[in-house]
Amino acid sequence: MHWGLFFEQAPFGGVQYYQWLLRGFAVTVELSVCAWVVAFLAGSVFGIMRTLPHRAFRAAGGFYVAVFRNIPLIAQFFVWYLVVPELLPGSLGRDLKAMDPEIQFFILAVACLGLFTGGRICEQVRSGIQAQSRGQLSAGLALGLTLPQCYRHVIMPNAYRIIMPPMTSEILNMIKNSAVASTIGVIDLSAQANRLLEYSARPYESFIAITLAYVTLNFTVMFLMRLLERKIRVPGSTGGRHV
Amino acid sequence: MKKLFGSLLLALLLLPCGAGIALGGEELGGTLAKIKKDGVIIVGHRESSVPFSYYDSAQNVVGYAQDYSKLIVEAVKKKLGVSELTVKLVPITSQNRIPLLANGTYDFECGSTTNNLERQQQVAFSNTFFIIGTRLLVHKDSKITDFSDLKGRRVVVTAGTTSEKLLFLMNDRDKMNVQIISTPTHGDSFRSLESGRAEAFFLDDVLLAGERSRARNPSDWVIVGTPQSYEAYGCMLRKDDPQFKALVDETIASAQLSGLAESSYEQWFKKPIPPRGAIMNFDLSEAMKDLLRNPNDKAFQ
Repeated sequence: MHWGLFFEQAPFGGVQYYQWLLRGFAVTVELSVCAWVVAFLAGSVFGIMRTLPHRAFRAAGGFYVAVFRNIPLIAQFFVWYLVVPELLPGSLGRDLKAMDPEIQFFILAVACLGLFTGGRICEQVRSGIQAQSRGQLSAGLALGLTLPQCYRHVIMPNAYRIIMPPMTSEILNMIKNSAVASTIGVIDLSAQANRLLEYSARPYESFIAITLAYVTLNFTVMFLMRLLERKIRVPGSTGGRHV
Repeated sequence: MKKLFGSLLLALLLLPCGAGIALGGEELGGTLAKIKKDGVIIVGHRESSVPFSYYDSAQNVVGYAQDYSKLIVEAVKKKLGVSELTVKLVPITSQNRIPLLANGTYDFECGSTTNNLERQQQVAFSNTFFIIGTRLLVHKDSKITDFSDLKGRRVVVTAGTTSEKLLFLMNDRDKMNVQIISTPTHGDSFRSLESGRAEAFFLDDVLLAGERSRARNPSDWVIVGTPQSYEAYGCMLRKDDPQFKALVDETIASAQLSGLAESSYEQWFKKPIPPRGAIMNFDLSEAMKDLLRNPNDKAFQ
């Protein structure tokens, strides 16, 4: 083992090797945060649609889940990278490909990882809604609330609380899945580790370092989510203490 | 274990005594003695280093470097004074080529191995048979004609290659603001170029010609720019075997001086090649012309 490796001069960029890993870490965090925003929004919208009384909405939600949950992540990355730019109308595809590659690949990765994870969040949101007794909705409607009002004030606040634990796992999964983005040219943590390996020929040090980095990131997320869970839970439900 | 190691060591020490066989006054040693004793010459080859050493559609090993291998086998036959010599072909890869040569699995290889000082610690190299330069592949209508035109452009390189390192260094040094795309394989890099994502592809010129020969419209793509670095391909031999190296060097030099090498070059780099009749369309570079006039075994780095 040669841990001094990280403080050696990298062959280009005028930096030391550890700075390669730090930049990769930053990209992984940025990608995860942006993809999570997309996943949460898409998952919520389509998850709610899957529980609505209108058939068209339910079908659209079902279609979204079927497509994004049933295709391997790496295949989805390649579709976004190779196929989507060719299908965009007009000069949009050409403009996209002419963007700064760093930004371009990042946008594609956010879309891909976000919508893939959204497919899974969607099912959790649906189960969070359906886990509640039907009486909740009926009572809301009987009180004179409209359907959107029922969702906004009665159903969703509880649904999100119910699905907090599985959603935490999903965030952790998504952070790990983000490593696949390196296959389309995003220079994230795992891409930097591969580069480090190529130039230093030191597999143990490179991969032990990124393992620790991913574990640290995930532990931090786990810790924060647990705090959040404790803060928002309703006494008497889903693990909250009875009063 | 210790005992086994001891007897191996003993065998190694005794090997030179048994291996020396007298032949017309000249003592044969090393690889030539081994070939004479076994009646077999084992030639290493690559499986997909087009057009240097690869399989054609009938699974025969062919290519520009393989032509040299054949000449070397003939020269060995002549040297040993035998009319028949069993030739055994062993496929090798970039990962195993040095250990398999050192442990005697094969006797020599001509493929696409760069002669550099680092490898010379472990193996020996014959006279150079091919020189590559790192250059750019661009669309024929693009305004890029040399490296100075790359300012602010999108350039693709294959991760881990010399070109990747050179491009990053050049970018830092000359503040060129090049947007660099790194992909895992040459095929991925070429797709980036072909789809318009990258405006230039920076790599070894002969590999660029190989990627181009697989393009949808090979004539759309041109190789431009002053080479930024050179690498010399040589046949790889075991270290400390001057007799065999002299024979191989002589064979390569005479092929290069007699024009034989140039006609082999024409066949592999200018005409349709197996298995699908692709054309490399790759002219003799200045460095190659120089080599054919002055055969040598110099490493560039």
